[in-house]
Amino acid sequence: MSQARNSTARSLAAHAVLILYTAIALFPVFVVVVNSFKNRRAIFADPLAVPTADTFDLIGYRTVLAQGDFFLYFQNSLIVTVASLFFVLLFGAMAAFALSEYRFRGNTLTGLYLALGIMIPIRLGTVAILQMMVASGLVNTLTALVLVYTAQGLPLAVFILSEFMRGVSDDLKNAGRIDGLSEYTIFFRLVLPLVRPAMATVAVFTMIPIWNDLWFPLILAPSEATKTITLGSQVFIGQFVTNWNAVLAALSLAILPVLVLYLIFSRQLIRGITAGAVK
Amino acid sequence: MAQRKAFRWHIMVFLAPAVLVYTAIMIVPLFGTLNLSLFNTTEEGRVFVGLKNFATLFGDPRWSERFWNALGNNAWFFLVHMLVQNPVGVALAALLSSPRLRGAAFYRTAIFIPTILSFVIVGFVWKLILSPIWGIAPGMLDAVGLKGLFAPWLGREGSALTTLALISVWQFVGIPMMLIYAALLSIPDEVIEAAEMDGVTGWSQFWKIKLPLILPSIGIISILTFVGNFNAFDLIYVTQGALAGPNFSTDILGTFLYRTFFGFQLQIGDPHMGATIATAMFGIILLGVSLYLFTVHRRLRRYQF
Repeated sequence: MSQARNSTARSLAAHAVLILYTAIALFPVFVVVVNSFKNRRAIFADPLAVPTADTFDLIGYRTVLAQGDFFLYFQNSLIVTVASLFFVLLFGAMAAFALSEYRFRGNTLTGLYLALGIMIPIRLGTVAILQMMVASGLVNTLTALVLVYTAQGLPLAVFILSEFMRGVSDDLKNAGRIDGLSEYTIFFRLVLPLVRPAMATVAVFTMIPIWNDLWFPLILAPSEATKTITLGSQVFIGQFVTNWNAVLAALSLAILPVLVLYLIFSRQLIRGITAGAVK
Repeated sequence: MAQRKAFRWHIMVFLAPAVLVYTAIMIVPLFGTLNLSLFNTTEEGRVFVGLKNFATLFGDPRWSERFWNALGNNAWFFLVHMLVQNPVGVALAALLSSPRLRGAAFYRTAIFIPTILSFVIVGFVWKLILSPIWGIAPGMLDAVGLKGLFAPWLGREGSALTTLALISVWQFVGIPMMLIYAALLSIPDEVIEAAEMDGVTGWSQFWKIKLPLILPSIGIISILTFVGNFNAFDLIYVTQGALAGPNFSTDILGTFLYRTFFGFQLQIGDPHMGATIATAMFGIILLGVSLYLFTVHRRLRRYQF
């Protein structure tokens, strides 16, 4: 009896702590989104209240959409993220396949060389990267960002994908070889579909830092036409500091797409972290 | 068998794109930057100056004061993460992994949300909440009778850096939580059952059985935190600007590098001193990572089940 009561009490305590922490994690996001729908007076009078018919106001959103070129920023972010993701996944998977499938001289060395980038941040090379981009005329282009993010994402992608590719059955690949498939067909037709879950994990891990990065857009592509949404909202909010409606609306607009994507992919992400960490 | 195998071109084809892009955009610029730190611009153009830039960085009081200030702040920033982020992450993971906990998936998803937001969002959101003008933080403290505790934390030299570090902890606590959670789940049931048979349960089970088993994960998290913190930039830049105010009290190596390399207000950007700072950061990160790999990592015992 006492055992049962004890465990109920313990589980209640666990829930209490977790609910408390969940509240801490979500509260700031909640406050910002809720207040972005209120008029100025209500934002200050009662920041914690949800908007009512009286206080509901979309003035902030109207300002944001009229002033900032958020659709363009959003489009830039989307292009950069999707293109970088494509190259990271394609090149990463190819290299991972070569490293995990074939034995050749320099295999371990190449693996280590590529893995270096996991520990050493690409930002430290910024000075020379900027000079290189200036020299090749790529400053203020999205291409510069795609190149940098591809290089940045590759080390982790190769590392995770080669772990997974070692698990693909040899019999299957050898059966393909006996049937006369080329190595390329084996890779694209047999192996890639089998590591799709791992690819999704890598995709999520690669995507978040690219979408959220401020450093490289700020240094390599700060022009109006190439601003990403992260840089765009940073600049916009900096200019509109005193217009609380606009700032709150801009923040909500920046939060929303990420949040929706996260809720769609959260299971994949969590499975990925859990699977990777067990190794 | 006697015949040598033909050169396997497909290996090259598979490896080439990744190796080329990685080498051209990451490794070459990295060494280019290290190399640039040995040069300086004078009237005659670019001149090789050896280690003079480093002598300036560490010796010239105008530079060294800023550098040591940034390094010290960075070390404190890292320490706060180690002391708050990791214990909180472990505690949350331990709670989440308790058997038959309902709603674990919900908690996991919700607590991880701040981690996916950009620094721009996180920085501004907290700036607004802590702002004395809006009054959310003082209002909430008032509700629990602690209004006297409120201060404009981000605006005071003494508390700004710690506040920023705690904001960063708030954002990233999801990562240690998830990794530790995964490590806890991978402990086989037999081990736990054996402990229970021996009467080791609850807290003592956590300390004596589970914690030693998840130490390697805690090690990896620590080194990831170290690398992340020592090239952090965005959060400080967003909330305090490139000058890392008030009075440089939140200046860390990332913002120092940005100011030096890119310039700000009246100071003109200096690629050579920028490269020198980047090289110093490279050295610090390399030192930290090797220290970890050669001392801590080796001593951690891994258990195979």
